[in-house]
Amino acid sequence: MAEVQAEVEAYARGLSHVRDGVRAYGLVVRMWVRSTMAYRVSFVMMTVGNFAATALDFVAIAFMFSHIDALGGFTLPEVAFLYGTTSVSFGLADLVLGNLDRVGRRVRDGTMDTLLTRPAPVLAQVAADQFALRRLGRVTQGGLLLGWSLARLDVAWTPVTVLLVPVMLVAGAVIFGALFVAGAAFQFRAVDAAEVQNAFTYGGTTLLQYPPSVFARDLVRGVTFVVPLAFVNWLPALRVLGRDDPLGLPGWVDFTSPLVALVCWVLAGLAWRVGLRGYRSTGS
Amino acid sequence: MDDLIVLEGVEKVFDVRRRAGFLRRERHRVRAVDGIGFRVPRGEMVGYIGPNGAGKSTTIKMLTGILTPSAGRLRVAGIDPSRDRSRLARRIGVVFGQRTTLWWDLPLRDSYGLVRRMYRVPDARYRANLERCVELLDLGELLDVPVRQLSLGQRMRGDIAAALLHDPEVLYLDEPTIGLDVASKAKVREFLRDVNAERGMTVLLTTHDLTDIEQLCKRVMVIDHGRLVYDGGLDGLHAKGESERTLVVDLEREFPPITGVPGARVVRVEGPRQWLAFAATHSAAPVVAAVAERYPLVDLSVREPDIEQVIARMYAEG
Amino acid sequence: MRLYAAVAVSGFRRHATYRVATAAGVFTNTVFGFILAYTYIALWNERPHLGGYGREQALTFVWTSQALLGAACLIGGGFQEELQERIRSGDIAVDLYRPADLQLWWLASDLGRAFFQLLGRGVVPLAVGALCFELALPGLSLTWAAFLLSVLLGLLVSFGLRYLVGLCAFWLLDGAGVNMAFALLSMFFSGTLLPLNVFPGVFGEVARVLPWSAMLQVPVDVLLERRTGAGLAAALGFQAAWAVALLLAGRALQTAATRKVVVQGG
Repeated sequence: MAEVQAEVEAYARGLSHVRDGVRAYGLVVRMWVRSTMAYRVSFVMMTVGNFAATALDFVAIAFMFSHIDALGGFTLPEVAFLYGTTSVSFGLADLVLGNLDRVGRRVRDGTMDTLLTRPAPVLAQVAADQFALRRLGRVTQGGLLLGWSLARLDVAWTPVTVLLVPVMLVAGAVIFGALFVAGAAFQFRAVDAAEVQNAFTYGGTTLLQYPPSVFARDLVRGVTFVVPLAFVNWLPALRVLGRDDPLGLPGWVDFTSPLVALVCWVLAGLAWRVGLRGYRSTGS
Repeated sequence: MDDLIVLEGVEKVFDVRRRAGFLRRERHRVRAVDGIGFRVPRGEMVGYIGPNGAGKSTTIKMLTGILTPSAGRLRVAGIDPSRDRSRLARRIGVVFGQRTTLWWDLPLRDSYGLVRRMYRVPDARYRANLERCVELLDLGELLDVPVRQLSLGQRMRGDIAAALLHDPEVLYLDEPTIGLDVASKAKVREFLRDVNAERGMTVLLTTHDLTDIEQLCKRVMVIDHGRLVYDGGLDGLHAKGESERTLVVDLEREFPPITGVPGARVVRVEGPRQWLAFAATHSAAPVVAAVAERYPLVDLSVREPDIEQVIARMYAEG
Repeated sequence: MRLYAAVAVSGFRRHATYRVATAAGVFTNTVFGFILAYTYIALWNERPHLGGYGREQALTFVWTSQALLGAACLIGGGFQEELQERIRSGDIAVDLYRPADLQLWWLASDLGRAFFQLLGRGVVPLAVGALCFELALPGLSLTWAAFLLSVLLGLLVSFGLRYLVGLCAFWLLDGAGVNMAFALLSMFFSGTLLPLNVFPGVFGEVARVLPWSAMLQVPVDVLLERRTGAGLAAALGFQAAWAVALLLAGRALQTAATRKVVVQGG
């Protein structure tokens, strides 16, 4: 009986920890948005810039398609579908958690300590640090392109595939979010290595813009079983587009993105706890 | 006795890795804090001093729950800081002198609004506290000014107020007067005396400025090489460290080292400028008079002993 | 001259101290190299002679671009934000009174940084690319010397552009927007996203004569021996012309800025 009670209490503590975190995140984000609005012109320019940066990215793909009809067997609307889904997922994760790449800097300049003296979870405070609304630019660009591709795609929609689109966008954002958290945890160990996570986050979304048939089999295996980027959009998108996945996985795997996302978050959360505990015992 | 801060045999050991070649690294252990124990009763204001790297800030970091101690027992307001960091945070206030927690681009008032929400300070309590801080720290006209436009002294006052809005029982101040002009220093000290007397707040203060300690604290603790080497009144510290003040004189031209001034000796000569050390318990007047009588004096100034010196001498004495 | 050499050496050393950051950069460059390499293979499988490149040449382009990414600041970065910070804080007044030329001082420091990044962040990705893919690298020949000369000219062009961006801070309160726009232009018009010879039609023709083309496209074409003899001289001349024009423009802007500082007192 006592054990059950302890379990329940631990669970309740965990829940209230999450609730505190979300609340603190909201409070700090509001402050950053207000700070940003102190430089309105700059904000507008940066948002447009963020939109343009990602748009140029797609212009390069469009240029490719000015010479070819299909890349890796995928047409332009199909590639745009991949591009749009990963951009929206990555854009949302980047908007909400993108500033976690500043953990290393905060450890180096000592401002991490200030966060530890406040009555709120540190992860929430760091994640909200320097919150930049301009990152909506990427989400917007991805969303527009996704809309365009949906209008142009020639696929037989079923209720299941229709539902799969929003599910994959959210699950994808959660998977990218977990990568940001894991990257932040790694920075406790390697303060100057913020760029490593770019390989997985920015690199990941670049990878997922293209069809899996383009890449070597081993690379596809790696991003399916090691760093499960394939669950962001490849596997569910192949189902939507009515194509086989190059690894020949069973069909139900296409629907497991939410589960994979959950597992990623649990692991990333653990990594964060280990990282923070390490910081609190070494102070550097 | 109601001891708000309790430390018993607290240690903090770091593993430091140092590059010893192109790829080879050496590991060795550093005892930043090496078995410290003390108690601070509620309402006391204590100076906690020591040279850089003595273990001062490591202690403060353990007391605020930032760092986990390697050994020993530590309680602040009955809470184990490293285990219950968030709960402790509501009951302590922290001011790091060189690191503002205020929001650079927003009016001062907005930073306080965030404190209110994050610490869940009840409305009435918040208004009363803010009003009191504004009055004592003279913040009235600054509340609606963006923080980036404040001077260093104004910002420090703003930071101290931010640390007090949630009624902390313990206040940690790390170099609260560093870089401030004389007027701002005086204002900050006066305020700290007031809140300490008025609310019975326990204050732990680290500083390089002995005047802070002289004017605020009856009790001083000195840490060096991770150990507490002194715990007592300020007078005792002066006596133990035989601290000295320095008279700096600019003469009309170069002279050999000044001689024949009772109680003072020349410690440095640089062209026409000479440094004379004399006991801190002595008055400067007779020394100045003795020099002026026999040498053509252009300018002079008196330097107060600083803590590093006092401690260095404590050690020289053994 | 000795002064500027010392500045360059200290620029090199300053970046050489960030070993972990350099390793992290190499890792990221290499990962991106792999991703782009596979997409280019797919593209060139569809159109074997696209833009006049064969598949090996396209892959050489990918890995060279990753190798030059840090040195030539192809997707942003560099000294300009530091310069802007000094202008905004007023520290620039101190720099102007130094017995050294502002432009040459920053140029020396930036070249020092670039040389380090060429070695520290360039060699490994190119070597990994050469090991894992079939590249069209020349053997031991004068082509490598011509390539290095072309890279050096590209670095001068890169500096020239970024110096102009940095000096904008004399007139603009907040440089973030300009920096971002500039990084975008660099990324796109240097060919980092897609080689400029694949850009279609008139747009491609214009892109190939813009200064950014001197930072990556021209050096790669030199390395691929697509520019030899008179063509090589023309390519290097194109780069040198942009370098001189931009450095002169920087000089003119610097004079105007100095006058502004003197008149307004900072």
